[in-house]
Amino acid sequence: MTNDLEDMLTIKNLHATVDGKEILKGINLEVKPGEIHAIMGPNGSGKSTLANVLAGHENFEVTEGEVTFLNENLLEQAAEDRARNGLFLSFQYPIEIPGVSMVNFMKTAVNEQRKHRGLEPLKASQFLKMMEEKKKVVEISSQLTNRSVNEGFSGGEKKRNEIFQMAMLEPKLAILDETDSGLDIDALRVVANGVNTLKSPENATIVVTHYQRLLEYIVPDYVHVLYNGRIVKSAGKELAYELEEKGYDWLKNEVEH
Amino acid sequence: MTEQDKILEKVTNEEYKYGFVTEIEQDIIEKGLSEDVVRIISAKKEEPEWMLDFRLKAFRKWQEMKQPNWAYLKIPPIDYQSISYYAAPKKKPQLDSLDEVDPELIDTFNKLGIPLEEQKHLAGVAVDAVMDSVSVKTTFKETLAEKGIIFCSFSEAVKEFPDLVKKHLGKAVPYADNYFAALNSSVFSDGSFCYIPKGVRCPMELSTYFRINAANTGQFERTLIVADDDSYVSYLEGCTAPQRDENQLHAAVVEIIAMERAEVKYSTVQNWYPGDKNGKGGIYNFVTKRGICRGDHSKISWTQVETGSAVTWKYPSCVLLGDHSKGEFYSVALTNNHQQADTGSKMIHIGKNTRSIIVSKGISAGVSSNAYRGLVKVAKNADNARNFSQCDSLLLGDRCGAHTFPYIECANKSAILEHEATTSKISEDQIFYCNQRGIDTEDAVGMIVNGYAKEVLNKLPMEFAVEAQKLLAISLEGSVG
Repeated sequence: MTNDLEDMLTIKNLHATVDGKEILKGINLEVKPGEIHAIMGPNGSGKSTLANVLAGHENFEVTEGEVTFLNENLLEQAAEDRARNGLFLSFQYPIEIPGVSMVNFMKTAVNEQRKHRGLEPLKASQFLKMMEEKKKVVEISSQLTNRSVNEGFSGGEKKRNEIFQMAMLEPKLAILDETDSGLDIDALRVVANGVNTLKSPENATIVVTHYQRLLEYIVPDYVHVLYNGRIVKSAGKELAYELEEKGYDWLKNEVEH
Repeated sequence: MTEQDKILEKVTNEEYKYGFVTEIEQDIIEKGLSEDVVRIISAKKEEPEWMLDFRLKAFRKWQEMKQPNWAYLKIPPIDYQSISYYAAPKKKPQLDSLDEVDPELIDTFNKLGIPLEEQKHLAGVAVDAVMDSVSVKTTFKETLAEKGIIFCSFSEAVKEFPDLVKKHLGKAVPYADNYFAALNSSVFSDGSFCYIPKGVRCPMELSTYFRINAANTGQFERTLIVADDDSYVSYLEGCTAPQRDENQLHAAVVEIIAMERAEVKYSTVQNWYPGDKNGKGGIYNFVTKRGICRGDHSKISWTQVETGSAVTWKYPSCVLLGDHSKGEFYSVALTNNHQQADTGSKMIHIGKNTRSIIVSKGISAGVSSNAYRGLVKVAKNADNARNFSQCDSLLLGDRCGAHTFPYIECANKSAILEHEATTSKISEDQIFYCNQRGIDTEDAVGMIVNGYAKEVLNKLPMEFAVEAQKLLAISLEGSVG
């Protein structure tokens, strides 16, 4: 018998294409509860593709491989079911939805998840109380949560809003896609602080990033380097420093020779 | 077909839930239209001579007129001789007591969510229910009478309050106004009449519920609302029809007269049967709605949510006669599958310091066509007129169409007229973002569409707003997915 708790995410030989072009060329990765994995790599290496494939974006076609999430076949699940089962993607470019209030959006999302898990929907008062609590985690102001989803938010506000939503949905697995891009140092600290506060032995985080900077605040257990659609090197957090120092060319040379 | 199209294709296919037919004995006259038919209708309704005269004048005018073809609509030729112009439930309700109404009819309105028993009724809404050509029951009549408010069927008003009807009938919409208004004026069956006396604020929402039931009949109802000096009324109108393969004709007229400082708010949720996914059947909806702000400082506000009908031709308008009077038009028009809508508003500024607002939100899905057509007219002496118009279009998928035809005629230099327009699409990214938060595609589209229409939905009375939100979501089910 396998231990259910041990198995969070297992990716085996994952290949994916977009518009017929192969981007992921055999990814293998195992993530256990309580772990933080960083996926690094140069532009165009397939980092965001991996994040989107896991979240179920229909523009990407999985051509080969297996992915299990909480012991179930992830690839068979619709995007909304992946989310309801506890997979969360913090978007690199959060989407604006004019006219839909953050409150309405989050209430629908939270209650859909509860329904999926056989729970009663939250009452308005319970929900608003929850919002108040979670807002503190990311130091987000009511001015933002009273507006339409991401509409007119600055880049930093959008990223903060992603982490706020993560706090509300309490995912088992959070994938942060370039959450640090476009953030100034203060916003970076707030976002990282939010992620660390939400961390528990039961959940796991995959941090997708180009720079080592975020990893000073969110300390990974493992660092993987993605290059040309494959993970070419995995090690502890010290790998991030090595990359920062030597750049990606060093690895390219290592892979290609 | 792209993913986006597949998504959009799925959300618009829910069945029309009001499509049932009530088995009830009908008194239907022979198909066809002639002066005799007009006389028969008038006789059946035991009308006075002046009413018959009005009908006959209208009919003679109608015969000289041609069906207008300027709208952005493709309408197959309508054979006006193949329609029956009068149908009524056979058991003539006496309107005094609910016990005398056919139980089948009560059941029908219950199914539609319009219970006629007053005690069970939504608090604060008085209903006049019109089935086919006859007003079935008006609720809360006595409560309203205490305040001097008259709210009854049109036929009853002709008998009981002939002076009021005679004074105002045809003033906002003259019988010769247009082809469909002339048709309505000659054969109108019934409808609602409402009079709010001086200084009275109507304590509850007044509501008319229209239902077409009989096959091969047209429905031609007529509503007249008169708000005397310093009065206020909020009026609601809802409508449904059974699902039938043939098209059915609906040509209504609504007239509103607002006297000094009076305010009338008129809200419609139009949900006539839209036809099936292939464009078969559905109601042809040709409606003339016009209000006159006769008194100074008077106000008329139209709010409409249009989701039904195969064809909609409708331009609720305001004639701003009184100084400082105000006209408003808030509209959400949704077309799906093969539906066509050409709708908008006319604001005619005649008095001084008059103001008007037009907010139109079109939503097109499937292979439908959705046009906004509006006229803002400022007369020579209408000093300091102001208009703000906003026309937004939301497209779902790439096989539907949105069109805007705004007209401005301005004869006074002091006028300030503004027009804003936007066109947008629901993007695949927006839907994926919602999916990723656990919200499925249908709910996501419903949420986005309601968000888009919120500005207008907020203008509806509470009960109606909730209903309208659901209706928008249902009307789009299957168009995305």
